[in-house]
Amino acid sequence: MTLHVDLALRRGRFALEVALDVPAGTVLAVLGPNGSGKSTLLGCLAGLLVPDHGTVTLGGRTLTSAPRVHLPPHARGTGLLAQDPLLFPHLSVVDNVAFAPRSRGATTAAARAIGRRWLAEVDAAEFAGRRPGSLSGGQAQRVALARALAGEPDLLLLDEPLAALDVDAAPAIRGLLRRVLRTAGGNRATVLVTHDPLDALTLADRVAVLAAGRVVESGPTRDVLGAPRTPFTARIAGLNLVAGTATARGLRTASGRSISGLPAPDVVEGEPAVAVFAPGSVAVYPASAPQAGSPRNTVAATVATLEPHGPVVRLRTVDGDGWADGLAADLTPTAIAELGLEPGVAIRLAVKATAVAIHPVPGQ
Amino acid sequence: MPRVLWFPAALALALVLLPVAGLLVRTDYARLPELITSPASLNALRLSLVTALLSTVLCVLLGVPLAVVLARAGGRAVRLLRAVVLLPLVLPPVVGGLALLFLLGRNGFLGYLLDVVAGVRVPFTTAAVVVAQTFVAMPFLVVSLEGALRGAGDRFERVAATLGARPWTVFRRVTVPLLLPALGSGAVLSFARALGEFGATITFAGSLEGVTRTLPVEIYQRAETDVDSAVALALLLIVVAVVVIAVARPRALEGVRS
Repeated sequence: MTLHVDLALRRGRFALEVALDVPAGTVLAVLGPNGSGKSTLLGCLAGLLVPDHGTVTLGGRTLTSAPRVHLPPHARGTGLLAQDPLLFPHLSVVDNVAFAPRSRGATTAAARAIGRRWLAEVDAAEFAGRRPGSLSGGQAQRVALARALAGEPDLLLLDEPLAALDVDAAPAIRGLLRRVLRTAGGNRATVLVTHDPLDALTLADRVAVLAAGRVVESGPTRDVLGAPRTPFTARIAGLNLVAGTATARGLRTASGRSISGLPAPDVVEGEPAVAVFAPGSVAVYPASAPQAGSPRNTVAATVATLEPHGPVVRLRTVDGDGWADGLAADLTPTAIAELGLEPGVAIRLAVKATAVAIHPVPGQ
Repeated sequence: MPRVLWFPAALALALVLLPVAGLLVRTDYARLPELITSPASLNALRLSLVTALLSTVLCVLLGVPLAVVLARAGGRAVRLLRAVVLLPLVLPPVVGGLALLFLLGRNGFLGYLLDVVAGVRVPFTTAAVVVAQTFVAMPFLVVSLEGALRGAGDRFERVAATLGARPWTVFRRVTVPLLLPALGSGAVLSFARALGEFGATITFAGSLEGVTRTLPVEIYQRAETDVDSAVALALLLIVVAVVVIAVARPRALEGVRS
């Protein structure tokens, strides 16, 4: 079901004005810092907030046509997974998952069967009889995902689903989301709200960057995150991304070069992946300097641009031996002066393998 | 915790416990069985338990919706109502009884209407006892429920709505079950308050044996003629109250949560 959003809302001094389209079967990440209006947008989609004017349609069905039409949350066919799992503490795990089918009129037995199926889908079948209070954060979030999916929503809303998890649990849930969003996707539209570019990178087909209530940039995830066109996007998502195919120790680029890195737990060898590293972790040497030291990844490139970026200078490269084209490196003004860097100068970049994360990405 | 708090805390405890101890000392244990098993005593006890139970049920049936409305609805009128609900809590029960009499008595406008239309007279009946007890006891339930509702927020209700549950389903399957611990302790408090109710009862319902003479009213009457038997009945009321609080309250508080 294709989601079409065009709405405006004002609350005091904050104004949200957003137009978005999410084609059926795809995932849109809404990326933005706290206070950018992400949660407000999600509230409007879920029907928990009423926009001042605008429309929200899902597969041609009008959910909101403000100010006259406003479908209540329970009639929308949406599923919501928030930062906090919010499992009903008085119901067993399986009854939590069976809640949506029950609410639509299924018998207890039928709803529980559906609940068990979705628990199995998220690898949480063994928790069926437990109380939510006895689950860990990651386990509870798995169950909450199953509960949101068990209603077979036409629109799935994910509100910072990984933000409250500890560092050990987050990758597993991210991997689970990737799998479920792809395989059990079908005709569903998904909106993922996050402040973490990594979530967008690994889960979403497209990204919309939200700042102060407006979409400042949108497009295919890798284009937006890898080559931000606005300084704002660069600041929150300015990451170096190199696409390729996952290998045992890193990634092979389209041009056949290898990049060493640390694969995320859910990387599968031979599947599409990206190498991700921060501009601050890229070291720059003169092209003539001897190649020595521990960094695994070195590559020749040419300086394209130098732009002040807060306290540092961001250097961008061109034609860098296949994979270093358009990479960003952050340097101090002193280093720029000492190395005599200016557009057109030949350089060599080095990145430690430990600073490079390899993440799976949705296949194109 | 500063140690100095022990002193006023001990005084407070003494204030609660010493009068009860005084009562225990004063009790004539030889006549005790005979005094508390007299027909008048048993009638009063039975009436007290039945009416307190009925008014607790009324408190729950009326108080739960009221608490939900007060906690969830917005607007200035609701804020004002929140204060009004506390009125029976701060009003002297005798004044409450008088107010009920002037509303439901033969000359009260609702009482007159009931008398003329349905031939029903409320004052000085067992129904009046229940009304008086409900009047004084309901704020206990409403206040504890409203606090619990506000404390919990409406996050679970919102999730339930996004899962396709209609408002009534949300109320039945989410709001009420989550409210059960607070409902349990609120109901016990209301029951205890109804059990001890005296001022509003004697003003509005009078003192007819077997009809409106509840245990507190019976105690009050006997205190004027036979102090020993008043003390014996007082002991009985204390035992019933302690049993109610000790048995039901902790269970109500912990039951659903664990």
